[in-house]
Amino acid sequence: MGTDTPGIPIGGGIEAGIDRTRPYATRGTYLEVIHSWIVTVDHKKLGILYISYALVFLLVAGVEALMIRVQLFFPHNNFVSPATFNRLFTMHGTTMVFLVGMPILFGFGNYLVPLMVGARDMAFPRLNAFSFWISAFAGLLLYYSFIGGVGLSGTGSAPDVAWFAYAPLTERAFSPGHSTDYWAVAILASGIGSIGTAINIIATVFCMRCKGMTLLRIPLLPWLYATMSFLTLITISPLTAAQAMLIIDRYLGGHFFDTQAGGSAILWAHFFWIFGHPEVYVLVLPAFAFANEIIPVFSRKAIFGYPAMVSASVAIAFISTGVWAHHMFTIGMTSFGNAFFTLSTMLVSIPTGIKTFNWLATIWGGKIRFETPMLFSIAFLFQFVIAGLTGIMLSISAWNWQLHNSYFVVAHFHYVLVGAIVFMIFAAIYYWYPKMTGRMLDDRLGKWHFWLMVIGFHLTFDTMHFPGLLGMPRQIFTYEPDRGWTLLNQIVSVGGFIQAIAVLILVYNMVHSYFRGDEAGADPWDAWTLEWSIPSPPPPYNFATDPVVASRRPLWDLKHPEDPDSAFE
Amino acid sequence: MMSSCTAWGATSSTSIFSTLSTPAREVNHLAYFVLVICALILIGVSVLLIYSLVRYRARVGENTEPPQVFGSVQIELAWTIIPVLIIIILFLGTARVLFSVQDARKPASAVDVIVVGHQFWWEFRYPQYNVTTANELHVPVSNPAFSRPTFMKLTSADVIHSFWVPNLAGKTDLLPNRVNEMWIDPQQTGLYLGQCAQFCGMEHAKMLLRVYVDSPEQFQQWIASQQKAQNEVAVTMPASLTALNPGGGKKGTPSPNSPVTRMEAAAQLVQQVNAHNGKLVFEQQACINCHTVAGTVANGRYGPDLTHLMSRETLAAGAMPNTPENLKKWIDDPDIFKPGSLMPAMHLTDRQNAQITAYLLTLK
Repeated sequence: MGTDTPGIPIGGGIEAGIDRTRPYATRGTYLEVIHSWIVTVDHKKLGILYISYALVFLLVAGVEALMIRVQLFFPHNNFVSPATFNRLFTMHGTTMVFLVGMPILFGFGNYLVPLMVGARDMAFPRLNAFSFWISAFAGLLLYYSFIGGVGLSGTGSAPDVAWFAYAPLTERAFSPGHSTDYWAVAILASGIGSIGTAINIIATVFCMRCKGMTLLRIPLLPWLYATMSFLTLITISPLTAAQAMLIIDRYLGGHFFDTQAGGSAILWAHFFWIFGHPEVYVLVLPAFAFANEIIPVFSRKAIFGYPAMVSASVAIAFISTGVWAHHMFTIGMTSFGNAFFTLSTMLVSIPTGIKTFNWLATIWGGKIRFETPMLFSIAFLFQFVIAGLTGIMLSISAWNWQLHNSYFVVAHFHYVLVGAIVFMIFAAIYYWYPKMTGRMLDDRLGKWHFWLMVIGFHLTFDTMHFPGLLGMPRQIFTYEPDRGWTLLNQIVSVGGFIQAIAVLILVYNMVHSYFRGDEAGADPWDAWTLEWSIPSPPPPYNFATDPVVASRRPLWDLKHPEDPDSAFE
Repeated sequence: MMSSCTAWGATSSTSIFSTLSTPAREVNHLAYFVLVICALILIGVSVLLIYSLVRYRARVGENTEPPQVFGSVQIELAWTIIPVLIIIILFLGTARVLFSVQDARKPASAVDVIVVGHQFWWEFRYPQYNVTTANELHVPVSNPAFSRPTFMKLTSADVIHSFWVPNLAGKTDLLPNRVNEMWIDPQQTGLYLGQCAQFCGMEHAKMLLRVYVDSPEQFQQWIASQQKAQNEVAVTMPASLTALNPGGGKKGTPSPNSPVTRMEAAAQLVQQVNAHNGKLVFEQQACINCHTVAGTVANGRYGPDLTHLMSRETLAAGAMPNTPENLKKWIDDPDIFKPGSLMPAMHLTDRQNAQITAYLLTLK
C-alpha cells in the first residue's frame, strides 16, 4: 500500500486516470440516446435524471407559488377560486418536498457519493434505477390529478387538503372524489423510491469505499448523506404506514383517522410529523453536506473540526426523531408534553450551532475566493442562522400558541427550505455542474442570479414574518382589507417574482453553458476530493484504476507533497 | 374585488404584541425576552461572519495557501457549552409561563363557554345561561378587583379547526372526538378579531371570529336578551289603517291618517305579513333541518342558531356585514359570498326569499 508515501496517494494520479473518450457524446440516433438514458444503471446518468426531473418540478411548483402570490396581492382578490387556491398551495408544498427537494438531493447524492468514496458505481445499480423510475412515476401520478376528474378546464382533482393532509379532512366524508387518493398513492410511491435510494447510499458509503478510506477519512458529504439516508429510513416508514392506513380508511372501512366512527385525528398528526419533522433534516443535511465541501475549498482551508462536524450531523439526526410534536403545541397536549417537546426541540440548536461556528472558523484565517458557489454558501450561512433563531422562537411552546400556523411559520420554514436548502442546491449546481457536463456555468449570469435571488428572497421571506405577527393565518385564499396585511403581502409577492426571474436566469445559464460554456477541465476549483481527480464529465465506471487515499483530502496531499494532511491524521 | 364596506370597528389590530388579556400578555413578555436573546445571537454571528469575510478575502495576486488549521477542542467546547447555558435559560423561562397558563385553576366566578367548530363557522354555548349563539362570542370584562375569566371547552363537529384571537390568547385546536380547554381573562372592553387558524376546507379563509368583551352590565343585558325565545310573529293592524275617517284627528298635530303616515303604516303591515308568511316558508322549507329558532319548530343543529340573528353584526362567520340586502343575497345563493359553504342555495322564488328575509329580520 502506498499510504505511507504522501506524494502519490492516488493510484495512477490525475493524468493517468483520464479516459479520453467523451462518454456522453454518444453516437447514435435520438431514439438510441433516449433509450440509453432510460435503461441506464449508471449512477451519474441517474443522478442527472434525478436533478433534471427535480428542476422541472421546481419550475412547476414555482409557478404555483406565483399564482398563490398573485391571489394574495389584494384583499378579496378573485384571481383564482377558493377551491383552486387550496389545490395550488397543497400541490406547491407536496411538489417542493417530494418532487423537488428529495429527488434533487438524492440526485446529487447519486452522482457524488460514489465519486467521493472512490467507487465505480452505487452498491445496487439496478435498485438505483428502480428507485428513480418509481419516484418519476409518483410525480406523474400526482400531476395527472390535474387532468383527472373534471380537469382540463380547471384544476381537476388535484389534492386540496394541505401538504400535511390533516385527518379527518382527508376522510371520504370531507374529501369525496379522488383528489386525496392521488396524494396518498403518489406519496406512497415516492416513499418507496426514497427508501430504495437511502438503502443504496448507506450501502455505498459503508461498503464501497476505496482503499485507505477509513470511517474518519470519508469526506463529509458522503458522511452526511449516509446520516440523511438512515434518517430517511426511519421517517419515510411511518409516512408510508400512514398512507396505507388512510387508504384503508377511505376504501376498506377502516377507522384509524375516521373521527365519526371513533378514530383519532391526533393519531394522523403524530404519524405525519414523526415523518415531517425529521424530513426537514433529511433535506437540510445534504445542504450542510454541500456547505462542508464548498466552504473549505473557497476559503482554501480544511474544514474546521471534522470529527465535531460528523458527530454533530449524527446528533442532529438522533435528536430530530424526538421533536415532532412541536408541530402540535396547540393540539391539546398536556403541559408536560409541551415542555418535553420544547426542550427536545431546543436541543437541536446545539449541534446546528456547532456546525455554524465550525463553518465560521473554517472561513476565519482563510483566503476567501468569492466565486458564485461561495457567494451562495455565505448567503446560506447568514440565512441559516436566522432560520435557526426563528426556529428557537417557535420551539418556545407558550409563544408557539401565538405563532403556530401563522405566516410567521410559513416565513420560518421557507427560510430553512429556500434560504438554506435551495441556496445550497444552487451553490452545488454552480460547483458540480462543471464536473457533470465538462463546461463551466457563465460567471456573469451566476452573479446576476445570486444577487437577484438574495434580493428577492429577503424581500419575500423577511417581510413574510410580519403578517404572521399581525395575526394572519396560513393557507387562507384571501384576507380582510382592514387588517394591515395588504402592503406586506404585496411586498412578499413582488419578491416572489424577483426570485422567479433569478431562477429563469439559472435555467438559461444551464442550457446556454451546456453548449457554449468554457471547458472546465478535471479540477476547475483547485479542490481536494476524489471526484476532481478524474475528467469532467467522468467516464463510465469513474476510475480507471482504484484510487487509494491516505487522508480526507487526497488531492491536497497530491498537490502539496511538502505538507500533506496524511501527516496529521 | 369587494370594496372594504365592512364596519368592523375592532378595538386594536390583530397583532400578537398588542395584548389586552392574560394569558396573551404573559406570553408576550416571554416573547420579548426570547426576541432579545435571539437578536443578540444574530448580531454576534453576523459581525463575526462579516468581519471574517472582509478580513480574510483573497487579495489579488496571492497564490499561496493559508495555514491549514484542523480544529481546536477548547474552542469547540466553548461553542457547545455556551448554547447549552442559553437553552437552559430559555427553557426555564418557557416552562414557567407554560405551566402557569396551561395548568391555571378555574375560579368559581369564571364564565363557561363551549366552542364547537363547524365547516365554516363557530358555535358558542353558555351552559350556565342556556344560551346558544354563533360566530360572535360575548364575554364579560375581567379586572383585578373582580376577576371573571372565561373558560372555554373546545371541540369540533367535523374536522380540525383552531380558535385564535391574537389579542386575547394563543390558539387552541378544536378536534372532533376530543375536548380541549383554554381560558382568557380580558382586561379591556371592546371588539377583538380573530379567525380559524387550522386549514379546515374550502372556506377556511372565511371562518372569521369576533369576540366582544362587554362591561358586566352589557354582558348581563346581552345574556338576558339571548335567553328569550322567539314568539309568534304578530300581525297587528295599525290603528291608522283600521280607523276609517280620513281627514279626522285633532288640529295642529300631524294627522295620523295623512297619506304619508298611511303609506308608512301600510308598508309596516306588508312587512309584518311578509314576516308572518316568511316564518311559514321557513318552516316548510328545509331551513329548519339545520337551523334553530328557539320557541318555534325550527330546531336543526347543523347550521348556526338563528334565534337572535339580528343581534349579530355579521353574517356567515364574518363574511359580510349583517344588512337586509346581504341577508337576502346570502339566502338566494350563499356561493356569492362563500363558495363552498355548506348552506345550499334553496332555489326559492324571489317572493319567498323576501318573505324569509322579512322573517329573519324580526329575530332580534
